[in-house]
Amino acid sequence: MNRKMLSRLVLVGVALAVLAGCGSNSGDNGGTSGGDNANGSNLSGELKASGASFPDAYYQEVISAFKEKAPDVTVTYNAVGSGTGKKEFGQGLTDFAGTDSTVKPDDGVPAGSFVYVPTVAGPITVSYNLSGVDKLQLSPDTLADIFQAKITKWNDPAIAKDNQGVSLPATPITVAHRSDGSGTTNNFTKYLTAAAPSSWKLGSGDTVAWPSGTQGAEKNTGVAQIIKQTDGAVGYVDYSDALETKLTLAAIKNKDGQFVAPSLEGATAAVEGATVKDDLTYDPLNAAGADAYPITAPTYLLLKTKYDADKANLVKEYVRYVLTDGQPIAKDVNFASLPSGLQQKALAQLDKVQS
Amino acid sequence: MTTRTTQEKPTRPALTGKSGGVRGERLFSWWTLATGLLVLAILALILITTAKQAWPVFQDMGLRFVTSSIWDPNPASGNPVFGSLAFIYGTVVSSLIALLIGVPISIGIALFLTELAPRRLRGSAIMVIDMLAAIPSVVFGLWGVLVLAPLLVHIYQWIHDVVAPVPGLNTIFGEPIGTGRSFMTAGLILAIMIIPIVTSISREVLSTTPQANKDAAFALGATQWEMITGAVFPHSFGGLVGAVMLGLGRAMGETIAVSLVIGGATNITPNVFAGGNSMAAVIVQQFGESTGTFTAALIGLGVVLFAMTVVINLAARLVVRRAEIRVQGAAT
Repeated sequence: MNRKMLSRLVLVGVALAVLAGCGSNSGDNGGTSGGDNANGSNLSGELKASGASFPDAYYQEVISAFKEKAPDVTVTYNAVGSGTGKKEFGQGLTDFAGTDSTVKPDDGVPAGSFVYVPTVAGPITVSYNLSGVDKLQLSPDTLADIFQAKITKWNDPAIAKDNQGVSLPATPITVAHRSDGSGTTNNFTKYLTAAAPSSWKLGSGDTVAWPSGTQGAEKNTGVAQIIKQTDGAVGYVDYSDALETKLTLAAIKNKDGQFVAPSLEGATAAVEGATVKDDLTYDPLNAAGADAYPITAPTYLLLKTKYDADKANLVKEYVRYVLTDGQPIAKDVNFASLPSGLQQKALAQLDKVQS
Repeated sequence: MTTRTTQEKPTRPALTGKSGGVRGERLFSWWTLATGLLVLAILALILITTAKQAWPVFQDMGLRFVTSSIWDPNPASGNPVFGSLAFIYGTVVSSLIALLIGVPISIGIALFLTELAPRRLRGSAIMVIDMLAAIPSVVFGLWGVLVLAPLLVHIYQWIHDVVAPVPGLNTIFGEPIGTGRSFMTAGLILAIMIIPIVTSISREVLSTTPQANKDAAFALGATQWEMITGAVFPHSFGGLVGAVMLGLGRAMGETIAVSLVIGGATNITPNVFAGGNSMAAVIVQQFGESTGTFTAALIGLGVVLFAMTVVINLAARLVVRRAEIRVQGAAT
């Protein structure tokens, strides 16, 4: 009986291995045939990408839509975080990367070997959970003091000053932030450094030294969960996840002095008000403009400047799709599409990709 | 005088020497030596490679790596500072709470199963406890975050209100954090996780107590409890400490469950109801986005955790050795 069972197990194991091998063979050896076909239905091949989790909801939607247009192309995007995405791109493990933050010297990507392509922008909301308070307005200095745990109760005079006529309870504030390294933290802290330079002392980066009375959680969804479960909690969550979790959002005072609630229109206004550099990086944080939502985060795709012939065409077609037919999809998942000026510049950027 | 003219058919072929004899013996001893050395080699390799990768941060920070409580990878100005004291504190506190809660329960269960339980109950009780060990740790973490932590906030608040006037206790049981994710919750989850290990090993150890010792105690007029403290515990002390050390090792190294329920805050405070962080949790939280010296610092945390575990194990062996000499005489 033992020998029989053993041979049966071996048979099952071999069958599984063969199945697995068959499954991964489709389009694996870069045998891409790319006609210059605007339709895309002649394209076939595989594209691997990884990076920021901030725009992940949008990229997954675009990938499904692209699959209908070019059924023989398989695109995968893994939301491992901007830092790991850049590392893998630099090591040649992925064809393109998604990142919320610009490339720095020790990210592992050699300067001059890549181009930035902006894709969408998204508001970072300040979400909160305070029973009895539906509307909250916060100025940058108050925000900085809340997140540095200098303001500890909701009925603090600084918060009351921003919210005339609203009765605030004496609940203690529970600050929620990211425990993992995150481009969202990077952009939020950059905003505070720019908008409240005299109050904000913790610097900016994917990880900062949050004060000891605060709580950390993994990913935007983890922070959203803390806020949802705890009365008196406040934290920064990207717009898409905040709406999914049905959190209450605070209006933030922008550079022009207006209190603006997070919205896609506010994000687009911020992107329009931002200066775009030559390499197409731009900074919509604390942008000028009466309607601009001040905590708007950009996100980019990193493309190599040189691919081999088949891959270059595939990458260009896919990114072209993201920048044209893929833009209207952004609204469905609560991201702001690029204004037309920036969109044209991004399309022109594709010409820099050589094969 | 008879001479054996016919060869008797051997009943056990292995004993005629056809399987190698002296050669086989030598092969066997070499092979066991090699596997033993392999384990040591792997241990040494892990220690050397991690220490080498963490060397940049040890050079930078020196002893401040373990004495400083500031962990700031991206400060507003100046160089990054990596001080792991807060995380060492978090690991120690959550493991200590786990031991304080888990060990009495485990030894109690083991004693019950070996001394007091009816024989029929023994098998099913053992099966249930082993099932607890089979639950994946991430499930404990999820359960802790979604169910336990929100419930416990109310209990923590009640405890805090009750001990508020008592001077020492009100610092230990201070104001609970709103989410319930704290050292105490992490310690509770860890206690549940170490109960199966400590129980099953304790049970094995307690059952090896010679019946003669127990009968002697009864003959001298001891009650059941006196018999346990007089005959069972002294005999099993070394094994029980070993079981506790295994539980402690699991508690100190537990990553996912702790990272979900300990609160993710860099915090040194006597208040067990406040949020904190542990070394293993920090590594898994921050490794993905780290580069350069930051990664070296996280690997350094791993080295510190490794060193702590080795030191604690050595200390435990010392304690067991001393206790055994005292209890059973220097001949052992």
